[in-house]
Amino acid sequence: MKKALWLAGIAALALTQPAAAGDTIKIGFVSTFSGPTAAIGNDMRNSFELALDHLGRKMGGKPVEVIYEDDGQKPDVGKQKTEKLIQSDKVDFIVGYIWSNVLLASLKTAVDAKTFLITSNAGPSQLAGELCSPYVFSTSWQNDQTPQAMGTYMTQKGVKSVFLIGPNYAAGKDMLAGVKSTFKGEVKGEEYTVWPSQLDFSAELTKAKNSGAEAIFVFYPGAAGVQFLNQYAQAGIKQQMPLYTAFTIDEITLALQKENALGVPGAQEWVNDLPNEENKRYVADYRKKYPGLRPTFYGAQTYDAAGLINSAVVAVKGDTAKKDEMKAEMEKANFKSVRGPYKYGKNHIPIQNFYLQDVVKDAEGQLALKTVATIVKDDQDRFHDKCPMK
Amino acid sequence: MLVVVEQSLNGLQFGLLLFLLAAGLTLVFGIMDFVNLAHGSLYMMGAYFAATFVAWTGNFILGAVMALGATLLLGILLEFVALRHLYGRDHLDHVLATFGLILFFNDAVRLIWGPAGLALPLPAWLTVPVQLLPGVYYPAYRLSIIAVALLVAALLYVVVMRTRIGMLIRAGASNREMIGALGINIKLLFTLVFGLGAALAGLAGLMQAPILTVQIGMGENILILAFVIIVIGGIGSIRGAFMAAIFVGMIDTLGRAFLPDLLRKVLSSTAASTAAPALSSMLIYLLMAIVLVVRPEGLFPAAKR
Repeated sequence: MKKALWLAGIAALALTQPAAAGDTIKIGFVSTFSGPTAAIGNDMRNSFELALDHLGRKMGGKPVEVIYEDDGQKPDVGKQKTEKLIQSDKVDFIVGYIWSNVLLASLKTAVDAKTFLITSNAGPSQLAGELCSPYVFSTSWQNDQTPQAMGTYMTQKGVKSVFLIGPNYAAGKDMLAGVKSTFKGEVKGEEYTVWPSQLDFSAELTKAKNSGAEAIFVFYPGAAGVQFLNQYAQAGIKQQMPLYTAFTIDEITLALQKENALGVPGAQEWVNDLPNEENKRYVADYRKKYPGLRPTFYGAQTYDAAGLINSAVVAVKGDTAKKDEMKAEMEKANFKSVRGPYKYGKNHIPIQNFYLQDVVKDAEGQLALKTVATIVKDDQDRFHDKCPMK
Repeated sequence: MLVVVEQSLNGLQFGLLLFLLAAGLTLVFGIMDFVNLAHGSLYMMGAYFAATFVAWTGNFILGAVMALGATLLLGILLEFVALRHLYGRDHLDHVLATFGLILFFNDAVRLIWGPAGLALPLPAWLTVPVQLLPGVYYPAYRLSIIAVALLVAALLYVVVMRTRIGMLIRAGASNREMIGALGINIKLLFTLVFGLGAALAGLAGLMQAPILTVQIGMGENILILAFVIIVIGGIGSIRGAFMAAIFVGMIDTLGRAFLPDLLRKVLSSTAASTAAPALSSMLIYLLMAIVLVVRPEGLFPAAKR
């Protein structure tokens, strides 16, 4: 009887051993793999898989296991999947998150469990400010930064007034706030639409047209960007009211937007033609591995997430229990990013350049995104002062 | 003032599009007493067929007509293969089976056309804005949706009110057993009605496709609105579906257009911008709730059973 208890005790101990002692590096991956925006999630997964290929599918000498979970673009589902990955799969890192509202719902689970979360897209203002955490890193940006760059560009171009349109959720509010913070002209009006169900923007376009503004700024990621550009083109106001965008035209949506996107400027921290060696290899190998597809900024940021994680795991020689050392290593951003080197602010949000991108016909006669100019250098988000971390 | 005209046109266009979808749904629900959740899938298939055929033929009108025929055939096939066997069952079985069909169609589309969605580009003559009144320009394509939908509504009216088939359809809506007892081939009538409903849904889908993108699951959100419309209009009533669709289209569009400005008079600007879209999307459901309380049979019910 005594012996049986003793054995049971050992068994219980063995079961509660943290997964960190295992022989693999376990990474959970939460993104959208179903529904209208599944193409984004696929691009992120493709890029992550490519990064693992480039790393020999090992980090710090240990094989890497990735568990992909679909959030269906819903905050409640994203939170459940995050809980599952952390509590039952006991992953060492959790990566992904396209949508700010999904990330905000899932954040606490990861932070409470002290599991490193690398957001490779979503960058809600709260995450850069009051909700910043030692366990959370971004390989993307804070939402406001990209539209801020666009606002700066519009001011440089001498645009006098603008009408803003965006979706009514965490990122939409950040984006419009971002433009307003740097655009020096007059904001003639701003409209929020129901997200993600509203796809017909006729009422908003009519209001913009009648507002007397000189230009329109929009933020519509994924398929909604295709719909907006279709309807903008059909309204026939391209000449009178030029369009400025953030995250509305990327390599996935461009295939559907086609000529509608020609000459519509956007801002981005990564464009497929950035001339560094790391990026050339990423873009070329991506197109080789996934014929017919081109990587987007979502993918590039996710490729970088793998590099960031690898730097941490290598620094502790695969012993993922050493969280402080891993955190210290990741804060150095000591890996080759495809956007070129960047630094981290104390809130773990990159301090980086933002470029002006335009849609042009490339050498193969296909529509492609092209870097035109650097709008801002070494830009830091405007919420880092609110982050209590040192 | 001109803004109001333009926004009303937006509302009318949206309402008429919803009518096409709701007309098929109300016919199937009212006459066959069959709850068809897969109606939205037929809308999606119409759009996918149109995108494919337009790309093949290079002609928008020809492709659209072919897509219409294809959706009609698909509807008839669907009725013949699957739905016919469910008529005797209760509504819960209909819901289960047609929900299964939604999943089936979504995955079939993913297999055939891939997950990324398609674009249905318009011919150049439909992408220009048209001057309606001095200073009021309106997209030609949205105008043509209004024209086509009104034409279809008129045709439906003539068919339902003035022809023998229409008489049978109306009789079916009022008393199904009786027309069966009178020796009418009710099976054939049901197949025809279902095919017609499918074609109407396909027409809505293919006309909406150039405005939106052609994508998996595109029929699911809009189907909810179609159900709201047939509840407001009265199940089985084409006239009810028409009036309710225009109401809903107008309320949705005008709510989105003018509610934010109204709210800004009482709330702070940011609060109003955030609250208005939520509130305007609630208006339609509020209307439905009120109709259900005051006139549970709908505003324009089909003749009593």
